[in-house]
Amino acid sequence: MAAVTAVTAAPQQPPRLFRHRKSLIFGGIVLAWLVLWVVLRDTWTLSLGAADLTPLHRWINDVNDAVGASRNSNPVFLYFFNEIRLVIDEFVTFVQALIAQPSFGRPVPVIGWLGVVAIAGFVSLAVAGWRIALLAVAGFVFLGLQGLWQESMDTLSLTLAAVVISLLVGIPLGIWAGLSDRANRVLTPVLDFMQTMPTFVYLAPLTLFFLIGPASATIATLIYAAPPAIRITAHAIRSVPRTTVEASESLGATRNQTLVKVLLPSARKTIVLGVNQTIMAALAMVTIAALIDAPGLGKTVVKALQTLDVGTAFNAGLAIVVLAIVLDRVTTAAASERRTLPRWALFGGAGVTAVCVYLSYTYLWAAEFQSDVEIGSSINKGATAVTEWAQDSLPVLTGGFKDFVTFALINPLQVLLAESPWFLVALVITVLSFMIGGVRSAIVSAVCVALLIATGLWQDSMITLASTLVATVLVMALGIVVGVWMGRSRRADRVIRPVLDAAQVMPAFVYLVPFLALFSASRFTAIIAAVVFAAPVAIKIIADGIRAVSPATVEASTALGSSSWQTIVKVQLPMARGALTLAANQGLIYVLSMVVVGGLVGAGALGYDVVAGFSQGQLYGKGLAAGLAIVVLGVMLDRLTQAAAKRWTN
Amino acid sequence: MDPVISVRDLWKVFGPNAPRVAASDELKALSRQELMDRTGAVAAVRGVDFDVAPGEMFVVMGLSGSGKSTLVRCLTRLVEPTAGTIMFEGENILEADAKRLRDLRRNKFSMVFQHFGLLPHRTVADNVGYGLEIRGVPRVKRGERSQEVIDLVGLAGYEKSYPDQLSGGMQQRVGLARALAGDPDVLFFDEPFSALDPLIRRDMQSEVIRLHREVGKTMVFITHDLSEALKLGDRILIMRDGKVVQVGTGDELVGAPADDYVRDFVKDVPRSNVLTLKWIMRPPRPDDDLDGPELAPETVVREAVRSVLGADKPVKVVRDGELLGVVANEEILGVVAGEA
Repeated sequence: MAAVTAVTAAPQQPPRLFRHRKSLIFGGIVLAWLVLWVVLRDTWTLSLGAADLTPLHRWINDVNDAVGASRNSNPVFLYFFNEIRLVIDEFVTFVQALIAQPSFGRPVPVIGWLGVVAIAGFVSLAVAGWRIALLAVAGFVFLGLQGLWQESMDTLSLTLAAVVISLLVGIPLGIWAGLSDRANRVLTPVLDFMQTMPTFVYLAPLTLFFLIGPASATIATLIYAAPPAIRITAHAIRSVPRTTVEASESLGATRNQTLVKVLLPSARKTIVLGVNQTIMAALAMVTIAALIDAPGLGKTVVKALQTLDVGTAFNAGLAIVVLAIVLDRVTTAAASERRTLPRWALFGGAGVTAVCVYLSYTYLWAAEFQSDVEIGSSINKGATAVTEWAQDSLPVLTGGFKDFVTFALINPLQVLLAESPWFLVALVITVLSFMIGGVRSAIVSAVCVALLIATGLWQDSMITLASTLVATVLVMALGIVVGVWMGRSRRADRVIRPVLDAAQVMPAFVYLVPFLALFSASRFTAIIAAVVFAAPVAIKIIADGIRAVSPATVEASTALGSSSWQTIVKVQLPMARGALTLAANQGLIYVLSMVVVGGLVGAGALGYDVVAGFSQGQLYGKGLAAGLAIVVLGVMLDRLTQAAAKRWTN
Repeated sequence: MDPVISVRDLWKVFGPNAPRVAASDELKALSRQELMDRTGAVAAVRGVDFDVAPGEMFVVMGLSGSGKSTLVRCLTRLVEPTAGTIMFEGENILEADAKRLRDLRRNKFSMVFQHFGLLPHRTVADNVGYGLEIRGVPRVKRGERSQEVIDLVGLAGYEKSYPDQLSGGMQQRVGLARALAGDPDVLFFDEPFSALDPLIRRDMQSEVIRLHREVGKTMVFITHDLSEALKLGDRILIMRDGKVVQVGTGDELVGAPADDYVRDFVKDVPRSNVLTLKWIMRPPRPDDDLDGPELAPETVVREAVRSVLGADKPVKVVRDGELLGVVANEEILGVVAGEA
């Protein structure tokens, strides 16, 4: 009892002394951990072989089997899940029949490539102007030239289907949350949860209810893509000036009139921005849903990654990038300004589009993309050649860097976390949590640790934790260096920001390919891909934080004779610490969500468990447990960084 | 004449337990701060009474936080009052249901806002016609009426512009035109010119005076600017901490401030512009010559200066042939010199 009192009384002590003592305690804990690790190494590590299962895993397998067996007899399935699956399946199949798959007894889809290109061009022209229209046409033709027309159209169909459903659900919900405080209070935590969960974690449970295939893929995409639509619509409605709404009310408008004539038109631009976010999120998720057998470009990438065929993966990855750029540019331009096309251009464009669609419906040359200038195989060969060259001739560079990070950072941490007895690690985590965030954090962490043990994947979790921490440290290092640079130099910001924006719209997958080429399949490759995936967010947050530091303070510091370095270290970084902790938090979440994808390129541990669970029936339960472990890790790290942020910024 | 608006014991309390506060005499007697400490509720408007006569320009003046904006919003129930009555043309507005309230807002009163509240996605003409549109006036008729008020406020030629293409003063003209378009009985102004530059503000004040003269509407005007209040108001209500401090004409406020707060307020007002003879006249003394020129008691001091100083005898202040008092050089000089 006395000890407890002493510890809780500690924060009231003089801060300097306290901080000093805290680092002493921290050092002491690490030292004790090291000593105990040397003594107890490789005992009680709770390791589990790749093919071994725990009772929990076998139980989930049984549940899965039972669900599978009752799928056509259990009323919940018969009248609920199966119905949903059927409706969505029908819808997706319909869109696919339009542009992607042979249908209605025809050897080709209803609208061939010429028609799709014309429609893409016309829509872009109408909403985004002729420059973007040109980009869209060029982009789509490029997809065809890559020899990936059908795969691209499959991805596009799934994306569009998911986007349509997301918007149908998301915009009304967003409006509701925008109008009603109560709805907003209910929805916000749900959306928070949906968005902090690593993306693929819900793939596995979904397959349990909706089987693998397009329907599950679409629903998973829906879960991922609807939140931004809801959030941004609500935000748009809420940020319409109060006076404007009051003015409308004071003139005697009904609620509906105010909504339709004032709120929605005023919020239109922002809502279109939400549509953009939804489309990009949907595209990213559709490619990842290849893991549960969604058709399209993602599948090509996954297959190529599994056979380490860098050339094919690169070609398909490039197609995803092209698709992402086109969709992003068109919707961004649509949000930026109102455009009225001259009447003749509108009708002319519509006419040309109609003719193209008819041609592509009728003639084979306009339906199936056939080209003498097939560039896909050249890209494929080129990428393979570059890979071989890089691996042969740059081993000092690539290999040296890889070895340095692996031996200096990853291995020590991993060995310490994964090869200590579990109770030691659990104790260290709980004590550190207590030091960071007090009793609450300690309890949350302890519960999370217990859950990790319960999943039966303790050691794998620790390996993944090590990789995640290393990747986050690298993200923060990169974020601080580049972010400070951008925050201090307008020119750097102008040059770098568009690159970051572009990088953020890319589906996670695409990042694996070039690093696979450079570093071949290893833990390191996955970590670097995660770093590159997470860095843009962290950099942007830090740059904005540095920029938000009051210029007057910076000026005052300069006037007192501070060097640039002193200004950065003593003024800008401390004042931007809110941004720093937010960057660390977001960086962790992003890194963690890359973990499963990393499983495809040798990251091992939880990521591998999840991927293996998708492909091998007897590992299904283990995969699901691994997904759960990732969520638990995510919750724990999220809570800890938030607690740290609270303590540090106050 | 019956008042158009008659407000009695109006209360608006924000926060938890608002109705309980309004129902309890003990709580109502507390000061704002005490109430806040005891119940966590904020009383923005506290027991306000006043009447507005038809065709009157009634100004409510107070500093920020005095509750004046809340008060005007209570009058149209944009903010729901907690207790009291608001009679509008003999009807208690607080008892109106949603539909009746909408009807009143559509036909009887309209409001001009400090930050304009224009719709950015509509042209000037469509903004002005918005009120008509929501009550279902057909397009052609709407266009005609919009054009009329656009001409009236001096916006002709800008019908097709969008709000963000106009200056602040022009935007507020749009707000004014929108309020006038529905031909309401009463116009409410919520600090309409506070966001404008001083020169533009002066123009707009003259514009409102002109409109008031031309269309003869009853107007309730909220401001934090005393000179604006004195310039526009037939009568002025001064608010402080949610309560009425004084209601009266400009010269009443300057000539007979109700308390130190008002006195402090009107201290720097150029008195010769506001005070009338009735405030400075004195009873005739036996040695006064009573055959000097005559002036009405409502004559503003500044306008009387020339005649008083020009005459070699005291000026008689006369209403309906009855001698109320006299004004001589020292009274006039007392006012003019007091300003220097």
